[in-house]
Amino acid sequence: MSEDKKTPTREERIRYFDGSERVATIVDEEIPYPDGKLIVSRTDIKGFITHANQAFVDMSGYTREELIGANHNILRHPDMPAVAFKGLWDTVEKGEKWQGFVKNLRKDGTYYWVKATVIPNIRNGQLMGYTSVRRKPSRSKIRESEALYATLM
Amino acid sequence: MPLNLTVSPDFAPDHISGWFYFNTFLQRQLGIPIHLELYDSFAKQREDIRQGKVDLSYANPYDASMLVRELGFKALAKPKQKTDETVIAVSAHSDITAVEELKPGSVLATTDDPDVHTMGMIMLESADLDESNIELKTLKNYVLVAKSLLKGEADVGFFLKQGYDELSQLIRSEMRPLVSSQIGVIHHVLLAGPAFNEHQEALSQTLLTMVDDPKGQGVLKNMGLVGWEAMSEEDTEFMIDLIDTLVE
Repeated sequence: MSEDKKTPTREERIRYFDGSERVATIVDEEIPYPDGKLIVSRTDIKGFITHANQAFVDMSGYTREELIGANHNILRHPDMPAVAFKGLWDTVEKGEKWQGFVKNLRKDGTYYWVKATVIPNIRNGQLMGYTSVRRKPSRSKIRESEALYATLM
Repeated sequence: MPLNLTVSPDFAPDHISGWFYFNTFLQRQLGIPIHLELYDSFAKQREDIRQGKVDLSYANPYDASMLVRELGFKALAKPKQKTDETVIAVSAHSDITAVEELKPGSVLATTDDPDVHTMGMIMLESADLDESNIELKTLKNYVLVAKSLLKGEADVGFFLKQGYDELSQLIRSEMRPLVSSQIGVIHHVLLAGPAFNEHQEALSQTLLTMVDDPKGQGVLKNMGLVGWEAMSEEDTEFMIDLIDTLVE
């Protein structure tokens, strides 16, 4: 007989950098990062998604059609401190590479951790957008990041 | 002076003759002399590329970055249905069943193939392993990586997936893959340097129609390819951006 375990669920208002907000259902359940895969996406210079690979579609829980044209902050989990994303934008807007550990929100409210790298796409000397590649993080880095982000909320 | 063609040293030994046939095929189609120079060292090849000794290169994605962004090469085509993936394997007798079970101090057998090594190291990150806490054995080729695992001289090995798949059934039966990358967008690319400018259009045409020519089909088969696909400048830039996110 299996025990009927209920995953803790909560409603949270997520406020974005641009002043917009949404209420999301947050489910306290981690979806493991798939071995051997890279999640790849590209955005325009304002952070709107222009390319999503299949691993991104699979892990985010959104369809490709829902992702393309959406702001990348659709993945923002309320447990991520705003200052982490400020650091990301400050770095890539200077034309530099950013790397960090991120807890991402899936469409169904569950989450997954990634090690993310974002680089600016420079074409003929002009910034055209950004490429973000996510890979599997270690458990120790996830624990360190959880502890750090809790102090920054 | 003939133009110089080279091939990333990670090609399978079985396909050496295919690259010579390819060179002959190109010379006949384009009506120009081309010299094929093969290397068994990535470092030596890179040095010669930097010294301007190469005009046409079937490059691995890692070197494509240098050729395009630093040396002004242009991507003409990529091999059809052929992406570069990395396999991390252990001996069939190993107790290790997942990358996360590998411990600091593990002995890693690898090659100097920059793509495979980079991808392999990325897949070890989930075990908190990096070059500071493992012992590296850099070997000449994937057969030696496999032998190192089989003899118990290494705990884990990196292979180009194609290299792993082309090992004999006997050797493969003595190993067990822990993980195989599934990236799908990193691949080799045929790049032409500035000296090839006037022949670029004819070369692109020759590559894309090779599959329609009975002789071309034979050459492709010997190279282990099924054909060529055109590659736009943006496709190339995208792949290079992606590689840039993977290198520290």
